[in-house]
Amino acid sequence: MTPFAVSVRKEWLEHWRNYRFLVLVVVLTLFGLLAPFTAKYGPEMMKLLPNGEAIARMMPPPTADDAVVQYLKSVSQFGVILALLLTMGVVAQEKDKGTAAMMLVKPLPRRSFILSKFVVLTLLFATGIGVAGLAAWYYTWLLFGAIDPARWLALNLLVLGFVLVQVAVTLLFSVVAKSQAAAGGMAFGVLMLLAIVSSIPVVGTYLPAQLLGWGAALMTGNPATAWPALAISGAIVLASLFGAVALFEGQEV
Amino acid sequence: MSAIQIEGLTKRFGAVSALDGLNLSVERGAIFGFLGPNGAGKTTAIRILTGLARPTGGRAIVAGSDVAAGGPGVARLIGHLPEEPTFYPWMTPREFVDHVARLFGLPGAERAKRVTELLDQVGLGPVAGRRIGGFSRGMRQRLGLAQALVNRPEVLFLDEPVSALDPAGRKEVLELIERLRGQCTVFMSTHILADVERVCDTVAIVARGRLLTQGSREALLERYAVPIFELEIDPASTGPLAGWSESLRSLPWVESVAVEGAAVRVVVRDVAVAKRELLVGALAAGLTLTRYQLVRPSLEDVFLRLVGEDGVR
Repeated sequence: MTPFAVSVRKEWLEHWRNYRFLVLVVVLTLFGLLAPFTAKYGPEMMKLLPNGEAIARMMPPPTADDAVVQYLKSVSQFGVILALLLTMGVVAQEKDKGTAAMMLVKPLPRRSFILSKFVVLTLLFATGIGVAGLAAWYYTWLLFGAIDPARWLALNLLVLGFVLVQVAVTLLFSVVAKSQAAAGGMAFGVLMLLAIVSSIPVVGTYLPAQLLGWGAALMTGNPATAWPALAISGAIVLASLFGAVALFEGQEV
Repeated sequence: MSAIQIEGLTKRFGAVSALDGLNLSVERGAIFGFLGPNGAGKTTAIRILTGLARPTGGRAIVAGSDVAAGGPGVARLIGHLPEEPTFYPWMTPREFVDHVARLFGLPGAERAKRVTELLDQVGLGPVAGRRIGGFSRGMRQRLGLAQALVNRPEVLFLDEPVSALDPAGRKEVLELIERLRGQCTVFMSTHILADVERVCDTVAIVARGRLLTQGSREALLERYAVPIFELEIDPASTGPLAGWSESLRSLPWVESVAVEGAAVRVVVRDVAVAKRELLVGALAAGLTLTRYQLVRPSLEDVFLRLVGEDGVR
């Protein structure tokens, strides 16, 4: 077993023992399931409100597309929140508590220390989004009829790509900062900035948020793609990881 | 060849010099006491030697490898117990030592055997399956020692290894360190002089990031300790004591004389002459002695004298 594999094993065990893995899967799955449910029964629930009957009559009949849009919103939003919460302490906390120093005097290269954390977070989110996606796909099929599994898979991969950008950026700030609160604050600031810039018409088409738009388009049969946004997302992930490793190599822990 | 060779090691934090041109050489197999008051630069030196910090200047070779090169090369040859070892609280001691053993690439069966052996050695065998999160400081210190020994290191760095322990725990850990004699080079930083006297065969005294002296324990005592003779006079014969002590002070081989009741403490410059003349002179002056002793100087005397001369105290 290489030191990298040993570190991956430890990271996985840590997320498992501290119930982070369970929380991630449960939260994403719950909101994944809620999406087709609210799409289907939203008009019915509306009728329970005062004057709800009138509003419900004005609403078009619910479709699988509504469920997909709702799913995209929920899973991406909670994915970002979880990415921030699960990542902000992974390096900062180890530096602060002293466990990083305990481990780095062993034959564990610093890049393995950092990259193992990203790899395990990728596995966690891939599993979480995978389970949520599967559950939501099945429930949508029950409520609205079948949806294309290949396109649904592509949509979930795009959501995963979007979330991994947040993970990589937060990981970088976890290396930069001395405490997990500072890391979370800095990462949140940058992600907010990205979200604001994403709303600028032309610029936004090149940024990670466009991956979600591409996912929605896929499901509705819209041929629009967002390859530049995918390439830039990949570049942000790589640049963040490269920066995190380079900074950590030069740090005294 | 030396296990550790330090040449002109410097570490600055802004305007503050934690290490100021430290030179040091540690022989292979020694239990080396790295002694100094708080803030002398002991922990900084260990952090540099273990690759956790980088020097501002100078050079350090550990087990034949330059620590500035970094990487897993030196890490494979050393063990390190920091002053306050920290662990993953969700792990058990067995899991933590096993994790470290995996990092050193120990294969399955050998790893399991080594982990059990080390946990038994530090007395954590019975609690090997309990979560580290609930451990006392003493238990953490023992676990820290176990994880530092996983790879049978050539050089073992111990930063204040017993300062957090109660007397019983201290005794046990010092015995453990003593048992490592001949197995590896132990570089132990401490400010507890009694511990150094007990286990270390070679000592370096540092203050303000500089080496004040280095040598075997006996050589240092020989070189720096002030020889003291203590005499107890029979209360019935103290009459001539005042005159005799006054005459002693004028002798060239006497540094100082302190009289307290019937007890006399004579600090001498020349032990050989004192051995010849002190007792004879006292008897000739008409004093009856109930005790006459050349007090064995302690490392504490050496330490306090050197550190005091350096102006640290």
